[in-house]
Amino acid sequence: MAANATALPAAAARRSLAPGLSIGLSTIYLSLIVLLPLAALSWKAHGWQAVTNPEATAALELTLGVSLLVALVNAVAGTAIAWTLVRDRFVGQGLVNALVDLPFALPTIVAGLTLLALYGPRSPVAVDVSLKRTGIVLALLFVTLPFVVRTVQPVLFELDREMEEAAASLGAGRARIFLRIILPSILPAILSGVALAFARAVGEFGSLVLISGNIPFKTEVVSLYIFGRIESGDPGGAAAASVVILGISFGVLLAIGVLRRWVTRHDR
Amino acid sequence: MRRISLALLTTLLLPALAAGASKDTKLTLVAYSTPKDAYGQLISAFQKTAAGNGVSFAQSYGASGEQSRAVASGLDADIVAFSLEPDITSLVQKKLVSPNWNKNPFHGMVTRSVVVFIVRDGNPKHLRTWNDLLKPGVQVITPNPFTSGGARWNVMAAYGGALRSGKTPKQAIDYLGKLWKHVISEPTSAREGLSAFLGGRGDVFLAYENEAIFAQKKNQPVQFVIPKATILIENPIAVTSTSKNKTQANAFLKFLRTTSAQRIFAQNGYRPVVKSAARGFDFPVRPQLFTIKYVGGWAKVESKFFDPRTGVMAKIQGSSGG
Amino acid sequence: MIGRYAVRFASLGYLAVLLVAPVGYVFWKTFQHGFGPAWDAVTTPDAVHALKVTLILTAIAVPANTIFGVLSALAIVRHRFPGAGIFNAVVDLPLALSPVVVGLALLLLYGRGGWLGGHGIAFALPGMVLATIFVSLPFVVREVVPVLREIGTEQEQAAATLGASWLQTFRRVTWPAIRWATAYGVVLTTARALGEFGAVSVISGRLTGETESMTLYVQDRYRSFDDVGAYASSVLLALLAVLTLIVMTRLRPKEETQ
Repeated sequence: MAANATALPAAAARRSLAPGLSIGLSTIYLSLIVLLPLAALSWKAHGWQAVTNPEATAALELTLGVSLLVALVNAVAGTAIAWTLVRDRFVGQGLVNALVDLPFALPTIVAGLTLLALYGPRSPVAVDVSLKRTGIVLALLFVTLPFVVRTVQPVLFELDREMEEAAASLGAGRARIFLRIILPSILPAILSGVALAFARAVGEFGSLVLISGNIPFKTEVVSLYIFGRIESGDPGGAAAASVVILGISFGVLLAIGVLRRWVTRHDR
Repeated sequence: MRRISLALLTTLLLPALAAGASKDTKLTLVAYSTPKDAYGQLISAFQKTAAGNGVSFAQSYGASGEQSRAVASGLDADIVAFSLEPDITSLVQKKLVSPNWNKNPFHGMVTRSVVVFIVRDGNPKHLRTWNDLLKPGVQVITPNPFTSGGARWNVMAAYGGALRSGKTPKQAIDYLGKLWKHVISEPTSAREGLSAFLGGRGDVFLAYENEAIFAQKKNQPVQFVIPKATILIENPIAVTSTSKNKTQANAFLKFLRTTSAQRIFAQNGYRPVVKSAARGFDFPVRPQLFTIKYVGGWAKVESKFFDPRTGVMAKIQGSSGG
Repeated sequence: MIGRYAVRFASLGYLAVLLVAPVGYVFWKTFQHGFGPAWDAVTTPDAVHALKVTLILTAIAVPANTIFGVLSALAIVRHRFPGAGIFNAVVDLPLALSPVVVGLALLLLYGRGGWLGGHGIAFALPGMVLATIFVSLPFVVREVVPVLREIGTEQEQAAATLGASWLQTFRRVTWPAIRWATAYGVVLTTARALGEFGAVSVISGRLTGETESMTLYVQDRYRSFDDVGAYASSVLLALLAVLTLIVMTRLRPKEETQ
C-alpha cells in the first residue's frame, strides 16, 4: 500500500459522516460512561491513611507480587500453548483452541466456584488451596490464561520459516533456533500479552472472593481490600487506594511498553 | 441514530416502567443475611392477614454493615432489619430512621439469639469456654467485624466472657489480641464463614445460635456448644423515615411481634422476644449470660472497639499479621 | 520428536489441570443426580429473575457499545482529531481497571452525596446498566480500529469521487469490510457483559428479583448453602459462555491454527 493512507483527505472527510458528529457523540458517550465516574473517584479520594496503613501496604505487596508471578508463568505457559496450537498437529486441536477462550467468557465468580469445588475444602482429589496464596495464584492463572496465548498465536503463525530452515540446515540445534530466531520475533507479542495479563491480575476480584478467605496480611488482595473499605463505610479511603493502585498499574504497563519498544528497536 | 435513541430511551424508561408496574403497595426490606429464610416465611404469612393483603415485598439480604452502608448511600428501603443496633443508629444519624424507632416495649428488637461455638462432630478439641479457644493449634473462623454484624457480637461475647471469668478490662483486651492470633479467616459475612467452616477449615466457628440451627436444618453436620458466659444477641428492626408506605411497614413490624410470627422465628432458630412463643422450643438459658450493657452499651463499644482507625479491633487486626 | 511431544504434553496438561478439570467437575456435580434437580434449581422464581436482569443488562450494553465502537473507530482512524491518542487510551482504560474500582467510581458519582446522587441510579438497574456498559466498552473499538487501519481509504475515496453520500459509502464500502471485526467485538462485549460481577457487586442493592444479576445470584446461592443452586446457575452461565465461545471461534480469523 502506498503512503499508509488511513485517514481521509480533507475533502472526502468533510463529505463523510460529519466528523463532528462521530467525534462529538463518541466523546460525550466516553465522558459520561468512563471519565465522569473516574473524576468523581479522584475527587472523593481522601483519607490517605487507608493507603499507608500496614494492612493496605501488605495487600499492595501481595497483589503486585502474585500478579508479577502469574504474568511470568503465563509468559512461559502461554507461549507453550500457542506453540502447540500453531506448530503442532493433533486430533482435537480445534477444540483446545476454542477452550483457551473459556476463561474470558466465563464469569469470574463461576471461575472461582469451579476452582473451589475441585481444589478447595471438599476436593475429591484432596488438594485444598483455599484460604492460601496458592489459591490466589491458581485463580489468577485461570483468568489470565488467554492473554499471552492470543497475542503470541498470530505472530507465531505469520512467522517466516525460511530462517529457521536455513539455520537448521547449517546445523543449529532446536534450542538454538528457538532462542536466536523464534524468540526475538515473538518477544514483543509475549510482552504485550504479559502486560495484559498483569493488568488483569492486579484488578481481579470475582474469582478471588470465594477462594482467598480475604485474610488481612495473608490472602487479602487490593481489590478485596478496597471492597472491604467500601463496606466499612470508608469510600474515600477506598477511592484513595484505587487511585494508588491505578497509578502503579499504569507505571508497570508503561514500563512494559517501553521494554517492548526497546525490544523491537531494530525493526524500525 | 435510531438505535442510540432507542437504547437511551429504554435505559431511562426502565426504572419508570418497573416502578409504575404494580399498583399494590410494595415494601422494600433490606436485611442482614441470616434471616432470609425466616423472612420468606413471615412475608407469606403476613400476606395472608388482612393488614398484609395486597402488599408485595422486594427483599435484599447481605452482611449487616454492608446493607446499612448501602441504605446510607442511597439504597431505598421501607424496612431495615439488621444484626445489631449501631447499624440502625448510623441511619438515625443520617436522618434516614427516626430517633424514636426504639421507643416501644421491645426497644426496637424483633429477635434474639446467643453467640455459640460451632465445632466439629464430637468436639474433638473439647472447646467449651473462651479460654479453650487459646489452646495451641486451635484455628478459629469468625467473620470480619468491620463488615459483618455477627462478628461484632462475637467480639463482645469474647470480651464479656473474659470479663466474666474475672479478668480486668485490660486483660480482656489482651485476651482478644491472643484470640485473634488464632483466627485463620475473616470472611465478609456470617454465611460465608459457615460455608468455609463446613468445607473443612478451622476447628471452631464463632456464630449465632440461629445460624447453627439453620445449618443443622440444611442437613449440615453441625454441632454447637453454648459457652457458659455468652452474650444475648438482640436484632433490631425499624421503618425508615423515607418510607412512602409507613402504615403498611408498621403493620408488618406489628405482625412480626405477634406470637404466631415469633413462633416462625423460633422455628428458624431465633429466640423470640415474646416469651409465650418460646414454649415448646429448646433454648437453654446460660448461667453467665450477659447483654451488651454489661460491656458498656453499643455507643461506647462502637467507638472503643470498632472505630476503623483507633478501635481496639482495628489495632488487633493491624498487628495480628504484621 | 521428543521435544514436540514434551511441549504438547505440558501445554495440554496445564490446560487440563487448570481449566478442564474444574469446569468439568462442576458440570458433573450439577448433573450428578440427573437433569431434574439442576433444572429445578435454575427455574426458581429468583433464578429466572436473575437471568432476566442479566439479559436486560446485556441487551442494553451491547448495542450501545457497538454503536459507540463503530463510531469511535471511524472517528479515531478516519478523522484524525487532536486528542485521538488520549481518546484511544481512555477507551482501553476499562481493561486495566479492577471492576470493584469501577463500581466504587459509580457509587461515588451516583450514590447519596455524589454529584449526580439521589436520582435512583445507584442501587438500581440504571446503575447496573452503567456499570455493565463501562466494563464492556472497549471491545468493539479494539476490533474495528485495526481493520479500518488495514483496509485504508482508497475505496472510500473512490466512492466519494463517484458521488456516493457518506451513508452509501458506509453501507457499501466500509461496513462490509468491518462487518466481521464488529461481529467479533460484539461477541466479546456480550461475553463480558454476561459475566460482570465485581462492579455490580458494589453498585447493586441486591434486591432479589430486581437488581440481582445471575452472577450475584450464584454468590447468593453459595452463601445460602445451596450447592445445587450455585452449581446449576454456574453451569447455566458456563453454557452461555460456551455458546459465546462457539460463535467466537466461528468468527475468529481462520489462519491462527493449522
